[in-house]
Amino acid sequence: MMSKTTTALATLAALGALSGAAQAEIRLGVSVSATGPAAFLGDPEAKTIEMLVEQLNEAGGINGEEIALTLYDDGGDPNKARTFATRLVEDDEVVAILGGSTTGTTMSILSVAEDEGIPFISLAGAISIVDPVRANVFKTPHTDRMACEKIFTDMQAQGITKIGMISGTDGFGASMQAQCKEVAGDHGIEILADETYGPQDADMTPQLTRIRNTDGVQAVLNPGFGQGPAIVTRNVAQLGFEIPLYQSHGVASDAFIELAGAEAAEGLRLPGTALLIADKLAEDDPQYKVVTAYTEAYKAKYDQDVSTFGGYAHDAFALIVDAITRAGDSEDPQAIRDALEATSGLVGTTGTYSFSPEDHLGLDLSAFRMLEIKDGDWLPVE
Amino acid sequence: MDALLQFLFSGLTVGAVYALVALGFTIIYNASDVVNFAQGEFVMLGGMITVFAFEAGLPLPLAALLAILATSAIGVGLNKLAIEPARGAPVVSLIIITIGASIVIRGATQLIFDKQLHRFPSFSGDDPIHVLGATILPQSLWVIGGALAVFVGLWVFFTRTLTGKAVLATANNRVAAQLVGINTGWVMTLSFGLSAAIGAFAGVLVTPITLVGYDVGVALALKGFAAAMLGGMGNPKGALVGGLLLGCFEALTAGYLSSQYKEAVAFIVILGVLFVMPQGLFGRKSTERV
Repeated sequence: MMSKTTTALATLAALGALSGAAQAEIRLGVSVSATGPAAFLGDPEAKTIEMLVEQLNEAGGINGEEIALTLYDDGGDPNKARTFATRLVEDDEVVAILGGSTTGTTMSILSVAEDEGIPFISLAGAISIVDPVRANVFKTPHTDRMACEKIFTDMQAQGITKIGMISGTDGFGASMQAQCKEVAGDHGIEILADETYGPQDADMTPQLTRIRNTDGVQAVLNPGFGQGPAIVTRNVAQLGFEIPLYQSHGVASDAFIELAGAEAAEGLRLPGTALLIADKLAEDDPQYKVVTAYTEAYKAKYDQDVSTFGGYAHDAFALIVDAITRAGDSEDPQAIRDALEATSGLVGTTGTYSFSPEDHLGLDLSAFRMLEIKDGDWLPVE
Repeated sequence: MDALLQFLFSGLTVGAVYALVALGFTIIYNASDVVNFAQGEFVMLGGMITVFAFEAGLPLPLAALLAILATSAIGVGLNKLAIEPARGAPVVSLIIITIGASIVIRGATQLIFDKQLHRFPSFSGDDPIHVLGATILPQSLWVIGGALAVFVGLWVFFTRTLTGKAVLATANNRVAAQLVGINTGWVMTLSFGLSAAIGAFAGVLVTPITLVGYDVGVALALKGFAAAMLGGMGNPKGALVGGLLLGCFEALTAGYLSSQYKEAVAFIVILGVLFVMPQGLFGRKSTERV
């Protein structure tokens, strides 16, 4: 009898909580590419946001209000992304949008967000998303240009001044290739050889042989994505290069070491985020807490390792939660936007964000960590 | 000099991959005049199933065998479920059905397996073999050897066996073939099963080099198709030579001209050849009697 009463009470309490939440809830909209060609970006992003919303609501939400999440899968199609963004604003009446896994889908969502005055945090890389600054558009991933600068800074420290580049012709590779060529001069780096390969190519030894036969090349840089960089790494080992190889943040994941093979990847360097070396961070590292909490929760829920891309979604969510908390009014998108722009020193998995009216990216070069592959594992370069 | 040799090694490696895919096109084409655009998906399935069977603990040879058998069964299923019901349809409709099938297989693969890239170890290690200052990986020799073996097998099949001749007869004139007692339905089933098996075999051989993911089939099928067109559709010799030539064109262009133009040059050469020899290098000349 006793237990029955308790159950009834608990049910009543739960009902009360539910109806209470229905009256005051924060409507958050997400459109990511959970399937389709950009699924490797959108899949961990969607999983991350779903997990974080669940966690937050269990912990009592923001100022007592729960988050009602509306998540759409745009399949990497910019047209669908635009439709979903419109639906998020008009039908679902969200106060903020997160998402846009690729630069293409971001551009679609961005125009809707700007027209409707809804704050939007993008998860895509291109610098054109926040340059020029748009009132309602923010983003969490660092840009290609920052990756180039980080790599060139490391090269300078090694006394490397002449390099060969081999870039993928996919969107990521081509964009980073252009950015690197633009900033190389600022760092005293001369690009002596500039080769490319198709995203599905199976062998890059001809291009690498050309780079090897170019006099004076002291290092090779490979901006790219997907299988290309793994094959380049294996080909470099096959040809027995004695000069260092640099990869980009596009392949900063444990899966890359597996694909390229630990032996071939030995000594390779790339700029990555703290997420990759979560287990090696010092406890007094500013990112230690947030990175460890995220990686452990994700692993426990999905039995998968975290990726840099999921980290972008994690940070976007942390930013919007922080902004809504400070805005005080969870109904007014413009108040949230203003609070977002005033974000200062928010520690995420990617880096520490401080937005300003002139800067809607809010990261600096310190967000990147130079990593080296040693015995099949990532090691921070001091 | 060592540069030229390196370019040729690269060209032969990539070319053998194209040739293996191109060889897979020949049987179905010979049996039905259908260009099977799901051929790339067979290659992908061969790689993917091997990867997952291998990761589940099966020894590599057994995993590979399982992948080839499973893919072959899928090929037979494709014929039974999609091609046979549309028996009376024109060839173009059948080709479009294979494109649809390739989309279905890709979608199913990303749901059943995953969307990540995978690889399994090379058969004979990763230590490059040095020849006159150039290097080639042992796995490349496996791929080249595999392409040659499939070529010889197909050549014997089509010229020395009754079944192979029955396949050719079915393509030539289905009604006449039926009249002389060839079970054309069975020939179609056989050709899909064999084509899928060859595709999967290619996938097993090339995965340590090209890596495999649910979406690698499209690009492989396109290059394999180009190779088959260059050599002459339906001719095993054409598929082999076409594949190797295409690979070498690409490698030499990347090596001596510029990697930017590598695919463009290869396709210009193909266009040029087809302009002069519309049947491809070794294609059969067909005369239509009105």
